[in-house]
Amino acid sequence: MVYDVTIDGKRYRLELERTGGRWRCRLDGCEVQIDAVLTRRDVLSVLIEGKAYEIKRERTATDMLLWVGSARYAAELHDPRSLRSRKDSAGDEQGPKKLVAPMSGKVVRILVHEEAEVEAGQGIVVVEAMKMQNEIKSPKKGVVQKIVAAEGANVNAGDVLAVVE
Amino acid sequence: MFKKILVANRGEIAVRVIRACRELGIPSVAVYSDVDRAALHVRKADEAYHIGPPAAESYLNVEKILAVAKRCGADAIHPGYGFLSENAKFAQACLDAEVKFIGPTAASMEMMGSKTRARQEMEKAGVPFVPGTSRGLESPQQAEQMAAKIGYPVMLKAAAGGGGKGMRLVHRREDLKSALEGAQSEAQRSFGDSEVYIERAIVNPRHIEMQVLADEHGNTVYLGERECSIQRRHQKVLEESPSAIVDPEMRRRMGEVAVRVAKAAGYTNAGTVEFLVDEEKNFYFLEMNTRLQVEHPVTELITGLDLVHLQIRIAAGEKLSFAQEDVRIRGHAIECRIYAEDPDNDYFPSPGQITLLLAPSGPGIRRDSGMYEGWTVPIEYDPLLAKLIGYGTDRPQAISRLVRALNEYFVGGIKTNISLFRRILSDRDFQAGRVDTGYLDRLLKCKPAEVKREDAGIAAIAAGLFAVLDPASVVATVGNVSANGRGGAGNGSAASGWKRAARVEALR
Repeated sequence: MVYDVTIDGKRYRLELERTGGRWRCRLDGCEVQIDAVLTRRDVLSVLIEGKAYEIKRERTATDMLLWVGSARYAAELHDPRSLRSRKDSAGDEQGPKKLVAPMSGKVVRILVHEEAEVEAGQGIVVVEAMKMQNEIKSPKKGVVQKIVAAEGANVNAGDVLAVVE
Repeated sequence: MFKKILVANRGEIAVRVIRACRELGIPSVAVYSDVDRAALHVRKADEAYHIGPPAAESYLNVEKILAVAKRCGADAIHPGYGFLSENAKFAQACLDAEVKFIGPTAASMEMMGSKTRARQEMEKAGVPFVPGTSRGLESPQQAEQMAAKIGYPVMLKAAAGGGGKGMRLVHRREDLKSALEGAQSEAQRSFGDSEVYIERAIVNPRHIEMQVLADEHGNTVYLGERECSIQRRHQKVLEESPSAIVDPEMRRRMGEVAVRVAKAAGYTNAGTVEFLVDEEKNFYFLEMNTRLQVEHPVTELITGLDLVHLQIRIAAGEKLSFAQEDVRIRGHAIECRIYAEDPDNDYFPSPGQITLLLAPSGPGIRRDSGMYEGWTVPIEYDPLLAKLIGYGTDRPQAISRLVRALNEYFVGGIKTNISLFRRILSDRDFQAGRVDTGYLDRLLKCKPAEVKREDAGIAAIAAGLFAVLDPASVVATVGNVSANGRGGAGNGSAASGWKRAARVEALR
């Protein structure tokens, strides 16, 4: 197996090969022997030369997160043979930015209208969750292209609320 | 003893009370709102009844709850904390319906519910107060006279208040008038009552409370203090017992005052007397909480008593089976309130589905939880998920056990404040017991110590291993990649969720 893995924005080339009950692993050309057991869904026990690691995996609406101890790493996995994933991962920094609900809740207020000019960090939508009102702020300076959220609507984490261009 | 107890609450406290009922051999009844059908308390109770939409028409609805009690034959109601627990009208309605309210009488609750009225009664009983007025201020002139008498800085407080609403700290005479107007209008808006009184402001106070227990035969005891100074937005975050600054002599004096407060209010059942403590260890009566507290487990661990069992026994008319001199304090206990909050986003609430839950156990660890893996934390309620309590022979051992347990605790899918407790427990001031109500704000202003990030390579290897060892999750991973692409389809992750579910189903 060969993967391109991105951890916190840094790319790695990973090769995994099963040998007996273990894995021969080459990470950016550096080879190690690994003993790995999936102890339950999303929890991996890894032994590398006797050193023990427990890795927890979290899949949220937008990310895959891997926890090693109390450190959290944002991970992306691509099969280099897949054209689609290569194309998709080539993100572009310009252009419209989506305003995404960071948690599920209810849209209580919309603070700007479409085509309004906004500053980076300006509040766009107020989402209420667990009795607290939270202002969701613009990710960039620009023009509000579209408001997707409706006042009174329930939204889930990861839902697009508005688009700022 | 009661034939059946209805628990008029939800979350971890409902589970806590249901467990006590089970231990005492009393059938328990849960009630639940529209969004709580799958909640843990419904799963744990012997019976459960739906009562309506959150929260005014369910856990806060006196008629509906009493109707359920009548229908199912419950002869007592435990209110937990929050919701109806300090509602005197509810206690009275229970009495009228001949269902025993497990708590104090409506009259005691009413007396303690108004801060100015409580103050007048307590002054008669010789309880120490922060210097100030026990009546509402009538004019800015009167406020100025009082402030001059007690000395600046002063604190203006709403009589009906709580949660920091209607409160103003005033350092100078010229700011007093506008602060008074602000406090009065805020109090009017928040509580429908503009009454505001004045007190000397205690700089860097500690918040220390005393647990009391009174039976219905005139016996009242105190069960030691809880140090509750570690707060954020007036919300307690971490509590411990004993307090680092309370010695046996101070404990006895505070305890005796707390018992006097309870007796003056004709108090029965479990209650808590809150004190402000200044830097010279003078303590002043703040208020009485007429219910079981969130942080009651720390007292249970250091006294060896079960407060919920005792609440039920007292309400059933039993006498306290022990006297003050039988109460022994042994060891040290610390509680962490695990909230669904995002530490990277100013502790905003973080509801959602719990996709992975690894819970700690082992020596000296108690976990009172209302969550389980697969459960969706609803957006409608307070974000308290669970309480993790560490117990040890002494404070350092309690701390090290908690740190160990926090490292075992993993809640995936939502954000929690678990990392905050690692920070507090490893902080030098905390370890030295140097805390006051401003402690946590000060700590949060400092940059947290960097978590070591030397395992990125391990994470990269793990990403690949997950894919080969758990092929069913690969679909989700690819879906994630497309959802991450900035211009990509916003629906990617949702679609992959469906695919993932289908794959999992197919593999069963």
